[in-house]
Amino acid sequence: MDTSVGKFAIRVNDLVVGFGHRVILDHLSLDVRRGEILGLVGASGGGKSVLMRTIIGLIPRRSGGIEVMGARIGSPHDVGTQRAAGKWGILFQQGALFSSLTARQNIQFPLRENLVLSSALLDEIATAKLEMVGLTPEDGDKFPSELSGGMTKRVALARALALDPAIVFLDEPTSGLDPIAAGDFDALIKTLQKTLGLTVFMVTHDLASLNTVCDRVAALADGNIVAIGPMRELLQSDHPWVRAYFHGKRSLMLQPKAS
Amino acid sequence: MATEPQLAVTSRGDALELRPDGFWIAANVTVLEALADAAAPQVERAKSLKMDMSGLSELDTLGAWLLEKLSRQIAGHPAEIVGVSENYAGLIEEVRHVNRHNLPPPKARNPVIAKVEEVGRAAWNSREDVAVFLQMLGSLCVALLGIIRKPRSLRLTSLVYQLYRVGWQAIPIILLITFLIGAIIAQQGFFHFRKFGADSYVVDMVGILVLRELGVLIVAIMVAGRSGSAYTAELGSMKMREEIDALSTMGLDPVVVLILPRVLALVLALPILTFIGSMAALYGGGLVAWFYGGMGPSIFIARLHDAVSVTHFQVGMIKAPFMALVIGIVACSEGLRVKGSAESLGKQTTTSVVKSIFLVIVLDGLFAVFFASIGM
Ligand SMILES: Nc1ncnc2c1ncn2[C@@H]1O[C@H](COP(=O)(O)OP(=O)(O)OP(=O)(O)O)[C@@H](O)[C@H]1O
Ligand SMILES: [Mg+2]
Repeated sequence: MDTSVGKFAIRVNDLVVGFGHRVILDHLSLDVRRGEILGLVGASGGGKSVLMRTIIGLIPRRSGGIEVMGARIGSPHDVGTQRAAGKWGILFQQGALFSSLTARQNIQFPLRENLVLSSALLDEIATAKLEMVGLTPEDGDKFPSELSGGMTKRVALARALALDPAIVFLDEPTSGLDPIAAGDFDALIKTLQKTLGLTVFMVTHDLASLNTVCDRVAALADGNIVAIGPMRELLQSDHPWVRAYFHGKRSLMLQPKAS
Repeated sequence: MATEPQLAVTSRGDALELRPDGFWIAANVTVLEALADAAAPQVERAKSLKMDMSGLSELDTLGAWLLEKLSRQIAGHPAEIVGVSENYAGLIEEVRHVNRHNLPPPKARNPVIAKVEEVGRAAWNSREDVAVFLQMLGSLCVALLGIIRKPRSLRLTSLVYQLYRVGWQAIPIILLITFLIGAIIAQQGFFHFRKFGADSYVVDMVGILVLRELGVLIVAIMVAGRSGSAYTAELGSMKMREEIDALSTMGLDPVVVLILPRVLALVLALPILTFIGSMAALYGGGLVAWFYGGMGPSIFIARLHDAVSVTHFQVGMIKAPFMALVIGIVACSEGLRVKGSAESLGKQTTTSVVKSIFLVIVLDGLFAVFFASIGM
């Protein structure tokens, strides 16, 4: 086995993705280290979700290579992809909860499919996950259509974390949460990273999350990663888009100390 | 992949010490649960509990919870936990707070009473079905009146598009099915009537049956399955994605924008389809008469001329728009009753088809009584 497999959780190499005539990701390369929390920022409609969905094999690519935990990713039905799928949990931007299952059943679904365990333990684990993401046990009996936007996010997060996967992909996990809940969420991710050695690939616009939990931040602009590194370095970056993103009026309001 | 986890239990008098060892992770859950269950009775009996976590090679939420659950079994003072590596401290702290509130257990109910209650409620709720039907009929009438007053508010594009879908695109399948039905009836007629030498009455049977009853009934059932289900599924998924709410908040009436064009298209299309279907059935009957019954086309047409009158044709055609109305109303109101889940969309679509076919047949029966009493 080659050593890079041990060091990197996700390797994206020279990736090209497009729809019709439009190229969204243009020869993009990105490595995510094992056990780190990587934040991905970029303009709305810039292709962050597309990048995430391509990495997990949902969108076909024109060229380039993707490896997750050493497994090459192809279409969703490939053996390699399926093997990798056992090791990841995914939070989609719209939640993507199963609408005909209750919140609790949604969380239990991956457990039930992958493990053999008693139904009492199944219930306890589901309730534990619900509480860990800040919901009450009573919320577990609600159907997705009865949940608020932020609650949907949290249930989806609980489902993504149900199996304590090695990698989680989170698409805007804190959007729609109040700042307190978002802070709890950040703390939870940090705890899990520390305990489980979790690798987190997180698309976010939340500057606080970027500041507090992300080990590194990658900026996606014009279909490519234009800057990557710890938040400190990104603040120093002189790429015009990155400057505009972190030093715009709105961003400065939130981080008066950042130079 | 992971090595077997262990749980060493040592007791000194009333004091119990637990030493979990190895991989306490979800992949090993079956073993872990057995270990925890085996240790539970001893923990319950113990006065004090010490847990030594230093042997753990890996821990995840599930493992941490199982250990936490064990440590809660003890009645007296809380368990003493030692040897926690820095990595796991956060997680162990985290699970300490969960599952503290006991959920009220679901009420056990007598299955017989539950069944009876279910039947009773279903019967009582059928009132609601009638109310929903009448309400939809009422709103359609109001919408129609609005259009008569202001003809420009009719969604013409939508109406034409729906007509294309439920009318034009349905023609091939309707032609095929009714042709086959006509042919089968004629074949059966010749086969059985021949025994009495009553061959020539087959034409009467085919003609009257097709024009009065079967043509319209078969076409209505086909349309209920084909277009009614599509209406329910469309409106249902629009309801699920809050598109209908969005429409109402823009000051537009969903009945005018979505439902009226659909129902109107059905009411216009069904008589035409019935006509086409009846002709195809007669054609099929004629072909069988020719090739199977040995009755040439000219004789068939002459007999048909004698056997059927315009009344039979009228009876069939009068029924068509009413059946279309029933199908349209049922399909649309079932669509609007879809709740948030994909399952309810499927359920409502099934209900829509079953209910509209049932109502079409009931309506046909009522019409039979009505026409008999006015002598048509
Ligand atoms: N299935 C698709 N077919 C065609 N174009 C698509 C498809 N999915 C995404 N796109 C296009 O790709 C571009 C990038 O979309 P993407 O969803 O990745 O944006 P994003 O960076 O996640 O934005 P946001 O922050 O708003 O979520 C957009 O212009 C979008 O219109
Ligand atoms: Mg997105």
